[in-house]
Amino acid sequence: MIKSEKRVIKEPRRWYELPLSALPYKLSTEYKTGGWRAFRPVVDLNKCVRCMLCWLFCPENAIIWDGKDIKVNYDYCKGCGICANECPVKAINMVPEGGGSS
Amino acid sequence: MSKVNPYRLWVFEPGKRYNLPIGLNLKKEALERPPLLLPGHRLCAGCAIPIFLKELGLALRGPTIIANATGCLEVASTIFPYTSWAVPWIHVAFENAAAVASGIESAIKALKKSGRLPYDNVDIIAIAGDGGTYDIGFQALSGMAERGHKVLYILYDNEAYMNTGIQRSGGTPQYAWTTTSPVGRVIPGKPQPKKPIADIMVAHRIPYVATVTPAHWADAIRKFRKGLETKGPAFIHVLSPCDRGWRFAESKTIEICKRAVDTCYFPLWEYIDGKGYILTDRSLQIARNPRLKQPVEKFLELQGRFRHLLKPENRDLLRRLQEYVDAVWEDLLSRAINAPK
Amino acid sequence: MSPKVPIEKQIRMALNGDEAVAYAVKQSLVDVVAAYPITPQTIIVEKFSEFVANGEVHTEFVPVESEHSALSAIVGAAAAGARAFTATASQGLALMWEILYIASALRLPMVLAIVNRALSAPINIHCDHSDAMGMRDAGWIQLFVENSQEAYDTTIQAFKISEDPNVLLPVTVNLDGFVLSHTLEDVHMLPDEVVHEFLGGYRRVSKTYVDYLGKEIEVKLDPANPLTFGPLDLYDYYFEHKIPQVEAMKKAKDVVKRVHEEWYELSGRRYGDGVLDAYGVEDADVVVTVLGSTAGTVRYVAKKLRSKGLKVGVVRIRLFRPFPFEEIRKILKGVKVVGVMDRAISFGSYGPSFLEISAALYDLKNRPLLVNYVYGLGGRDVPPVLIERMYQELIGIAKEGEVKEVLRFLGVRG
Repeated sequence: MIKSEKRVIKEPRRWYELPLSALPYKLSTEYKTGGWRAFRPVVDLNKCVRCMLCWLFCPENAIIWDGKDIKVNYDYCKGCGICANECPVKAINMVPEGGGSS
Repeated sequence: MSKVNPYRLWVFEPGKRYNLPIGLNLKKEALERPPLLLPGHRLCAGCAIPIFLKELGLALRGPTIIANATGCLEVASTIFPYTSWAVPWIHVAFENAAAVASGIESAIKALKKSGRLPYDNVDIIAIAGDGGTYDIGFQALSGMAERGHKVLYILYDNEAYMNTGIQRSGGTPQYAWTTTSPVGRVIPGKPQPKKPIADIMVAHRIPYVATVTPAHWADAIRKFRKGLETKGPAFIHVLSPCDRGWRFAESKTIEICKRAVDTCYFPLWEYIDGKGYILTDRSLQIARNPRLKQPVEKFLELQGRFRHLLKPENRDLLRRLQEYVDAVWEDLLSRAINAPK
Repeated sequence: MSPKVPIEKQIRMALNGDEAVAYAVKQSLVDVVAAYPITPQTIIVEKFSEFVANGEVHTEFVPVESEHSALSAIVGAAAAGARAFTATASQGLALMWEILYIASALRLPMVLAIVNRALSAPINIHCDHSDAMGMRDAGWIQLFVENSQEAYDTTIQAFKISEDPNVLLPVTVNLDGFVLSHTLEDVHMLPDEVVHEFLGGYRRVSKTYVDYLGKEIEVKLDPANPLTFGPLDLYDYYFEHKIPQVEAMKKAKDVVKRVHEEWYELSGRRYGDGVLDAYGVEDADVVVTVLGSTAGTVRYVAKKLRSKGLKVGVVRIRLFRPFPFEEIRKILKGVKVVGVMDRAISFGSYGPSFLEISAALYDLKNRPLLVNYVYGLGGRDVPPVLIERMYQELIGIAKEGEVKEVLRFLGVRG
């Protein structure tokens, strides 16, 4: 549901409620791909040397650098494990989503 | 978490001059530069495409427009009503990324000439997969190169028509398994070798051609930037491993790129018209120290599409593939101006 | 009513149809022209290249390597906010086919001049309408001109129709290959400033509201407002994206008429009401419908027959898409027999305009009899004697009151 000039447009929209030229009107950040994963990365900040390679190689831009620490945005992480594979100090562990042994 | 939303659109204000510095300081860029492709896209887990796009984003210098051919990237990033693109972007059809980019480049020139462009410069990038470049899109690419449009053409090569289900393309390497070149009792995968697309673009005598993998990130960012600064057509061939089609674990994408370069299966070089071929990064290291060159099995062993080559009965095919890789590498060494004599 | 620019003040040149189109494009402040040569369109491209080489236009000319790339480049240019033009014929149009649908669905204004030529095989460079008819489902506005003067007038009008905020559909201007494209005619052109004012100067881009930008923005590739053109639709949205094209077509007919009327006020020239150009239909028992240059021959024969007292008429269809169903219904209502001339055939069915006119007349209580005359394929000449024979046949059918053979071929041996 989005608000547009006091009228709330229900999704999915009718043809006359769509922008011209079939232009998409939502950013994909509204679509949380975090539900895809079977494993989630867990960062050990004590081992982490802040090399930024996990940030660089994450295909989802789900690794966030806040100036001090590396954090995972679990809204989008698909659990591919590239970050864990590339970390030079093995500071990232892939843990099964929802508990259980790996 | 930083207070600024890390996922935001790139907005270039009309009338302002832009020349963003090249983004090699990752800690700084992580705080200041948003990604080119926003998360929430539907590319497979472990796909190399968004990785090279991030590196491309670190190389952008100002207002940019992207023309994208049909393929994995286009389809997964623009499922209506969502879009993952933080810059202006257009998709028309499969074989015409270069033609559409040519039209946009001409329009920008005409708008500038008639005083209707509020920017000093707009960079145009055409992005297409191996389908839209080696095969169906080749004509448009060749035409664009011949006409000399100032467009950076980026080929993301996952070595098959991945989006439609892993069918062979002109970029599929010899003996690779695909659904239309399967490994059967009589034919062991694709009979033909990979089309040397980057060399073909060098033969067009365009100002800049380069090969890139997302693993060698500083090399990639520098080459993307050089491509954008080129005053004419530039062509960059990106190796884009596909964990679905190449059959490897999704966490190995970057590692496979490193092995591709270490085995000289995919050498890293650039071509500057007037100068010649120049080896870069790891490939230059290998040229200087040939003991670093790995046997091609090191690249093949992680991938299911080459599993049959590691069987003893296919020893001969493996040998032929190694000879092919060696021949191409030696040829490159003989041409590269910075190869040790 | 005297036109704003009297005929003495208009620029008079001897031009063929292709040149007339080239001059029209020259005056229309076009930003990008991307074209690939194909007989009989080549003169448009050659003439325009001369203008570019002489610095007479600011247009970027892109000598693309195929027609598919030509239309692709034009789509890219239009998306970037430029006014764009291309021209082609026959095989070239067939090669552009997939992009035609895309251009219309993306609601990008552009003009395509088609110099109608037969489709292969066998390869034939001469006039027929099969190329244009092959694209009638693609969502483009289709106008057919009768002479080089109209080619000039209509090409300029086409930009205005295309860019109208109620339309935003690409437009084709169809002129007969060789018959018009390569024959010299007396053409009067309006002065540059008048044409510029008529078009409102350079292209103005329409606006729309996109939620993630939170405001109304111009529909173009703009680094200030990033937009995504050409998304993937699944089964939940594709259907909804087609209806705006239907609605735009509905509105297009009135825009064509209005722009045609505005041009009449400037130049003193008009072609019927812009949609149908009729002669002698007020009291006619027999009417022939036709598209393109053959209308001239038909009108000449009709005049001759009328002078002998025969009640015959002719209707030239200028706007083929959107098809003017109401106007056709109104004009053919009281007629006894209609001979529908088609310079193309849909194999396994009838000629294209026959199908349209049948649909238009279906609901009438007293429908005229309809006969389809397919003529002139591959440039087969249509002399007056053939037209006269057709009229006599139709008059005979009007007397008998029945049509024994609906689909007939005019001018084929055997």
